[in-house]
Parts: sequence; C-alpha cells; structure tokens
Amino acid sequence: MSHYVKRDVPFELVEVNLQEADDKQLLQISRELGIALNLTEMKAVKNYFSRKKRNPTDVELQTIGQTWSEHCYHKTFKGNITTPEGEIKSLLKTYIAKATKELNPSWCVSVFEDNAGIIEFEENYTIAAKVETHNHPSAIEPFGGAATGTGGVIRDILGVWADPIACTDVLCFGPLDYDYSKLPPGTKHPKYVYRGVVAGIGHYGNNMGIPTVNGAIHFDESYVGNVVVYCGCIGILPKNKFVKDTKPGDIALLVGGETGRDGIHGVTFASAELTKESEEISRPAVQIANPIEEEKVKRAINKLRDEGLGSAITDIGGGGISCGTGEMADRSNCGIHVNLEKIPLKYQGLAPWEIYVSESQERMLLSVPEKNLQKTLEIFESENVKATPIGKFTDDGILRVDYLGQRVAELDIDFIFNPPKFKGTAEWNEPDLKEPTFPEPTDLTEEILQVISTPNIAGKESVIRTYDHEVKGNTVLKPLQSKYGGPNDAAVIKPLPDSWKGVVISCGMNPNYGKIDPYWMAASAIDEAIRNNIAVGGRRIALLDNFSWGNPQKPDRLGSLTRACQACYDFAKGFKTPFISGKDSLYNESPLGPVTPTLLITAIGIIPDIRKAVSMELKQPGNPIYLVGKTYPELGGSQYYQLKGFTGATVPKVRIEQAKETMNLITKAIDSGYIRSCHDLSDGGVAVASSEMAFSSGYGVELHLKKVPRTSEIRRNDFLLFSESNSRFLVEVPEKRREDFEALMNGSVCAEIGRVKKEGILSVYGLKEKNVVRADLTELRRRWKGVLGG
Amino acid sequence: MKVEEIRVCVIRVGGTNCDAETKRAFDELGVKADINHLNEIVKKASLLDYNALVFPGGFSYGDYVRAGAILAKGTLTKLRHDLKMFVEEGRPILGICNGFQVLVEAGLLPAFEGISEYPEATLATNIPIGYNCRWTYLKHENSGRCLFTQKIPKGNVLRIPVAHAEGRFLFSKENEDRYLRKLYDNDQLVFRYCNKEGEYAEGEFPVNPNGAFHDIAGICDPTGTVFGLMPHPERAFYGWQLPDWTKTENMPTYGDGKLVFESMVEYLKSRF
Repeated sequence: MSHYVKRDVPFELVEVNLQEADDKQLLQISRELGIALNLTEMKAVKNYFSRKKRNPTDVELQTIGQTWSEHCYHKTFKGNITTPEGEIKSLLKTYIAKATKELNPSWCVSVFEDNAGIIEFEENYTIAAKVETHNHPSAIEPFGGAATGTGGVIRDILGVWADPIACTDVLCFGPLDYDYSKLPPGTKHPKYVYRGVVAGIGHYGNNMGIPTVNGAIHFDESYVGNVVVYCGCIGILPKNKFVKDTKPGDIALLVGGETGRDGIHGVTFASAELTKESEEISRPAVQIANPIEEEKVKRAINKLRDEGLGSAITDIGGGGISCGTGEMADRSNCGIHVNLEKIPLKYQGLAPWEIYVSESQERMLLSVPEKNLQKTLEIFESENVKATPIGKFTDDGILRVDYLGQRVAELDIDFIFNPPKFKGTAEWNEPDLKEPTFPEPTDLTEEILQVISTPNIAGKESVIRTYDHEVKGNTVLKPLQSKYGGPNDAAVIKPLPDSWKGVVISCGMNPNYGKIDPYWMAASAIDEAIRNNIAVGGRRIALLDNFSWGNPQKPDRLGSLTRACQACYDFAKGFKTPFISGKDSLYNESPLGPVTPTLLITAIGIIPDIRKAVSMELKQPGNPIYLVGKTYPELGGSQYYQLKGFTGATVPKVRIEQAKETMNLITKAIDSGYIRSCHDLSDGGVAVASSEMAFSSGYGVELHLKKVPRTSEIRRNDFLLFSESNSRFLVEVPEKRREDFEALMNGSVCAEIGRVKKEGILSVYGLKEKNVVRADLTELRRRWKGVLGG
Repeated sequence: MKVEEIRVCVIRVGGTNCDAETKRAFDELGVKADINHLNEIVKKASLLDYNALVFPGGFSYGDYVRAGAILAKGTLTKLRHDLKMFVEEGRPILGICNGFQVLVEAGLLPAFEGISEYPEATLATNIPIGYNCRWTYLKHENSGRCLFTQKIPKGNVLRIPVAHAEGRFLFSKENEDRYLRKLYDNDQLVFRYCNKEGEYAEGEFPVNPNGAFHDIAGICDPTGTVFGLMPHPERAFYGWQLPDWTKTENMPTYGDGKLVFESMVEYLKSRF
C-alpha cells in the first residue's frame, strides 16, 4: 500500500499517511522523501499529527526534515551524550558557550545567537564574524560548492546588517598526487577538487569585491573522499543599527535571486555520509552561484539598514525559505503566514515543497513594518534587486503556508523548533602510539629542504594570488608579505578611513595532532590562532570554532569530538578568549572512512594602531634574533615525523600560564617598538620559521641551537629544529633596543639565539657548536615555492 | 576652479566594487566625488553636472560576454551624447581596471580618430591564464599629453598593484605595428610594466603580469583627457597600503597612486 495520497488540487501536493505506518515504514518514508529523520524523530512527527488528528502533507514533512537536520539544528551539539564519566547535556552549553558565559566580556555584543558573532570595535562600530563549512557540496561539485560556501557566509554577515570587509578560507584536500587507481567510484580526484574549490572561492570573493585575506591549506589522505572547506567572513556594522524586532503584522519580504531546483535537500544531504551514489542523487543539492546578484543585495541592505526601514533580517541558506521563515518567526515569538505562489521562480514546474525548501542562492529574508514597505521596495528597485512580499507575521505562533489558495502546511512553530533530543554515546580510547626511534640524520640541511617542501608547509602563493586580497584598499598586512611573498601570520584590515584601529584575522588548525589526542589538537589550534594574532600585534581576541568530524552516531567519533570540546572550554577560558560563533559539519564520511577530526579556530583581534603592526620577514642585518617560549620534545604529529613516516606520541601541549605570559610580553614588546619582525613557530618548528623569515627578506640568519630555551630531555639537533611546541615566537629586535627588550623579558623564557646576516644563507650551529645547517636562501625559496607553484 | 568646486562622478552598476576606495582618493584631496548608479545618472540626466567621470574597478554586470563589454554598450546606449560632450570639452574620464576595459570596449580608447564605433584594442585573458593579484612596477612613458600623469616626470618608475583575469592589452595582429606607432606619435602611451630598476618586462611574467603587448599597462586618448590603466592607483594611495611598509623605519604617508589623482585635480583646477 502506498503511503502517499495525491491531493485533488491543480498542483503537486501529497498527503503522507503516517498514522498507518509502522516503524519500518516510517523510516522508509523518511528515506523516500530524502528528509534524513531517524525513527525517534519520525515517531515524534507521527505523534504530533495524531494529536492533530490528520496526516501531514509533503510540505510539512519537508519543513520538519529541514529544520531538524543536523545542519540547521545542530542536534549533536545540543544533544545528550553519555560518556564513561557521566552524561553531558549539550556540548555547546557545557563547553564552548560556557567559556564565553563565564568570561562574560563587556565587549561581546552578541554571541551564538545570530547569524554571526558580534563584538565591539571602535566607538561607533562593531565587528561581525562568521565561519561556515561547505564540505559536502564541495565534494560533489567543487567549484559550485566552494563558491556558494563563500556566498553563504557573506550572507550570514549581511544577516546581522553588517557590511563585509574580508573573507577567509581554510581548505583540506587529499594529496594532489593521490593514486588514481585507488579512488573509489564516485570520488573525484583531489587535484580536480583542489582546482575547483580554489577557483570557486576566488570567483565569489573577487566578484563581490571582498578581499580574501587569510587562510590555510592542509593535505591529508583522509580528505580524499570528503574535502573540508571552511569559508569565513568579517563585517563591520555601525552601532545601534542592529535590529531584530519583528512584530506581528510586519511583512515577510524575500529579496535577491529567484528560486529554482538547485539546492534541494542541501542540508539533509549535508547531514549524512557521502556514498558512491552521492554524485548522481545529490547533484541537485549543490546550488549555483551568482556573486553579482549578492553584490547588489548587499548594497540595498546597507541602504535599508542606514535608513532603519527593516525590523529583522536573516539569510536564506540551508533549508531554504522553510527554515528562514520559521526561524524568524520563532526568534520573535510570532507566527507567520506565507503565500508560496508569490515567490519568484527561475522556471515553472516546481512543486510547493520544492519552492519551500530550495536553497537557491543570493536570497535574504527581511521583516518590514508595513508603513516602510513602499520605501523598502524602492531601495531594492534602485539596485535592480527583486524584492517580493511573500507573507505576513502573525501573533499566534503558527506557521501557515498557502499555495494558490490551498493550505499546504500548518505547523506549531513551537513544535518545529523543539525536536527530540539527540542521544549519543561517546568513548575515546587513547590510540596505541609509540615514539619512534631513528638515528639523527647526518645532513640536516637536506632535512630542512625536505620539510619546507612538504605540501602542508610549502608556499601557497599560486592560490593566494588568484584571490583579490587588496580590493577595498584596506589590507594593511597582506597574506603575502613584501617582494618574495612571505607568509604573514595574520592579516590586518583598516576598515575605517578616520581611525587607525585595525582588525586582525588569523587561524589555527592542526589535524595531525588529533591523530594522537583531539584534546591537545584543539588546545594547539587555539594556541596557534591566538599566537598568530599576537605575532602581528593583535589583542583582545575572540574565537570562532568550526568542527568537521565523522558520523557522531559512532561512539569513537563522538568521543573525540567531546574531548576537543573540553579543550575548547579549558583554553578559551585560560586565554580569556571567548568563543563568539561557530559551526559544525558532522557526517564527513565516505567509502574511504571519516575525515581526520579537523578543528579550525579563527581568531579575531584588534590592533589599536595599524602603524605598529609587525610583519614576518627579517628587516636589518646585525639585529639579534630571540626565541621566546620553551621548546619541549614534542614531535608527535609533527611535519618532521610525518616526513619520516611516523605519527609519534608526544603531541604538543599548551601550558596555559606560561603561554599567556609569553603572549602578553610579545604584545608589550610590539607596542614598545622593540620588535622589527616576528613569526610564530608552528609546523616545522624553528627550522621552518627561521627559513621563512630569511627567504622572505633576502637576509640570512645564523642560529645557535645550544642557546634555545628547552627542557633537558632534548639532546638532538633535529628535535630542536623541528619540535612543534606551542606558544613560541621568533623575534628580531633592533640592535639599539636590545637592552630594553631584555629588560622587558627578564624572568621569562626567552633567549638570544642568533642574528640577522647580510649574506643570504641560513646557517645553524648545533648543540656541540658545530655547523649543522648551511642552506642558500635562493634554494630554500625555490624548494618552498616549487611544490604548489608561485 | 577651486578644489572644493570640483565634482567627480564615480559611476557604478551591479558588480562594480572599487567605487568606495576610488571616491576616498578624491575625498583625501578635498574633492567632492559622488558614487552614482548608472540608472540614477540616466534618470536624472545629470552626467554633465560633473567635471570628471571615473569608471572604477570591479566586475560590471559580472563581466559576462567580455570584461567591461556590457557596461560599455549600456553607457553608450544611454549616455552617448553626454559622453561625447565630455570628451569634446576636455572633461577628464578615467578608467581603472574594469573601467579601462569599459573605455576600450566603448571605443573611447585608444580612439585614434575620435570615439571609434568598434573596439580598436582589447584586454584579453591573462597569460599565464587566471586571476592575478600582485604589485607591479610601471614606467611612465608619457611626454606630457596625458593630463592624469602630469605630476610624474617621464621615465619615473611607480609601484601600483594589479588584480585581474583579463588585462592583456592587445591590438589585432595586422594593426599591431601601425597602432603602436600611432600610440607613440600621438603620445598616448602612459605606463609600461617594468622591474624595480625601470627595465621593461619584455613580456616576461610576473614583471608583466598578464602578457600585455609591448608591456602596456595604461594608455590615453590623443587628447590626453581619457585615460585607462589596469593597475589600481587607489590601492597605492596611502603608505600603509604598500606591500612592504613594515620594512621602513618611518612609514611613508602616501604611495605612488596618489600622483594620478593629484594630476587629475591639478588639471581640473587650472583648466576650468
């Protein structure tokens, strides 16, 4: 017997017979409609409609499916998790948001509530920031997936009335030389994915005229079947222009692009594992990007904001209009009455449910008081942007949807925003890893040349140059520094013409450490994001979290996720750097297995005067070079071990008190003008940081490993060179400020370990004062740039 | 006229995205610049209220068809008469990046015999192919015709960044030699890509970032009042925009791009 009964109406509308469906059939219905609800959820839906004494329409089931998807509702982060240590009620509240709540900084304006986190900036301005994941669509259609990822996160910024000023992108791919014969059916080669994703990101940001200023690219086998794409956007917003005050009677105004069949079931597809059929089945889930449309939408929304005509705004992203309308009504304790036939379509022939859930791009939803409607429509018209009233907000908490005079959905908002709690089990077993033993290589110069040309460390210039990182003319510290394109630790933007204050944007991520312990991976990512920010002069740092993990219904995945969240709390609290926004992407699994747990931390800092910003390339021969922070025998998960084919067990830790002191001192030294160049130590340790500082400037370096502040366990030159201990900086101090600098650092872990040299050679003396490295800068630069081009 | 009397129109349509920083450059010089949507200018018929016109960078109308082509045709269709007046009266027209593409597509550049019906040159897809954002050196080639570079001595080297995918200046093969001679004869050549020392790129990447013929980065029309260039002077206006300002002990206040805007304002002050 079919569960689907076509209603006698002049369009496609199906009633779904839930009442007579048993458990097996409920799941079958969920599958057939592509709404990815589990049995508990389907039963909750069935009960709801039993109480209403009727069966749902396809529009209603689709609406619930979208709203309850992992992507839209973040069930896992809000769910109940059983661990061997007891039950956790909501990872978000227990760890990530809790740090912010306890720190309670006065400069946080809105956190975890709106489309983006909002913090104070200058007297009359705030900064909004958001980072999104767009993994699943990018795996199916790399260009479109990545482009709409950027488009989506820009709309999140528009969705808090802010004007976008910069974009970021962090990408994880499989190895570009991956063996074709090993690719499972339906999986695209990493090289194809890489080219498409990079082009997609550049296309959107460049066309919209938003500089892409910061990012990272990471390669690992676990991303072959499931690429990870993080797109970020930062915006600026005049204070007191943020409005979220929808009232019953306000008009629901849909603006921007037309609605088509692209992006049907994007969120439900993103909330399941990828399979070999994904290409065929889910291709329509990927949207089509039109950045010029969004550019026009942006102009109109900025005008609308300045004139204060709207009462609320949100972006139409995952789940389409079904989610946007519901969310806006829910946030303002209203109901809403939508007329689907009003929605402008790209072409005819869409069923009502398709119109309602389509994720076609470049659309925003506004609520506008009726008295402002005319003026609002005029503004959109002046920018050649479509704006269509599609419904009205009501006072009864009910979502009503009509199509051509027929009621196609009627749901209690309260019901659709209270899905059954996710229940999961988490367990984490420490992997059985040992520290490798191998003799110290005799030729460390060759080791450095090899480490510097591993794809993870090698220069990304060939990618960065395809992004316009200068548009708007406000990029003070660029992703490519000076003549040789050195890798700056963070980007600095000067968003206001009449203020010297800058926004500092950096990130931290090291999935390799997660193979040993996700807790220390998260701690390291936080430390790295913060120290990158500190290294250029940033401070008062806010964090954003982005998790890309495997299927959380598998206890080990949930176990490692929980451990990472614990570290997020501990170190956000420890560093006094609140989380302001985040986004997770789970179910990143393909026939090749899950992605390695990948936590991206984005740090947004400020610098009071951009003229004090510090870049990473060496400035003046003769200047002393100091290493600030202690080096431990921490090579587990390091690039050096990886090169040798090991993972190791000694994952870098974060010693919070020491770390904080180091960072505070660096900030003081920068403000006092004691630092000419500064580079954080991360992948590849001292070896890579000193090489980059040298070949980006053309000046050489002489280093003495004997002087490196370290624990006594390190007795090898290679370990000193390549240890990836956290919270360390290499700084160049002007010779004439040497004494001031040393006085400031007095009592902290800091030592002069070398000098800037005129001759273009990286020269390192080992523990026994013997010369162990002598590398020509031209050669270093050639090897560093030679991998990905530049 | 006095500086404060000068009115500059920065024109935009959907996809224009360098209008704000272009306006800012004029603001900094005390000149009033308005950013106007093309629709507005057409509706109000207000183009001739302005003393100068700027087509800023971006991707006008998505640069579908060819970069700048749609805006060029749109502007001509709607404002042909006003544009002609502009040129005839010697009111300056500046095209930056996408604006340069527009001026070439519109026949306003090189305009050997006045505004041409069909484009006489093109800004083709870069070689190497793809979008490229980088700082370039430009040698000033003009002997005085171009009003936009009057404050720059001939032979001087400027540093200004480019960011585009279609910036390879070309003439059709059969006209190449003849047109190049015309550029020289009419003193229409303004900027050529070179290295820091002022040696021409001779087509070599990345000194010449797009493979442009004869390393051409910018040209003016025979009257010197219409000027187009691929590099973005508004992104090299302030010292803090330079790619290596952190190297200097004392950050320079301004960059080389300022000279283009200053020359333009200087001209407006003395001419009108």
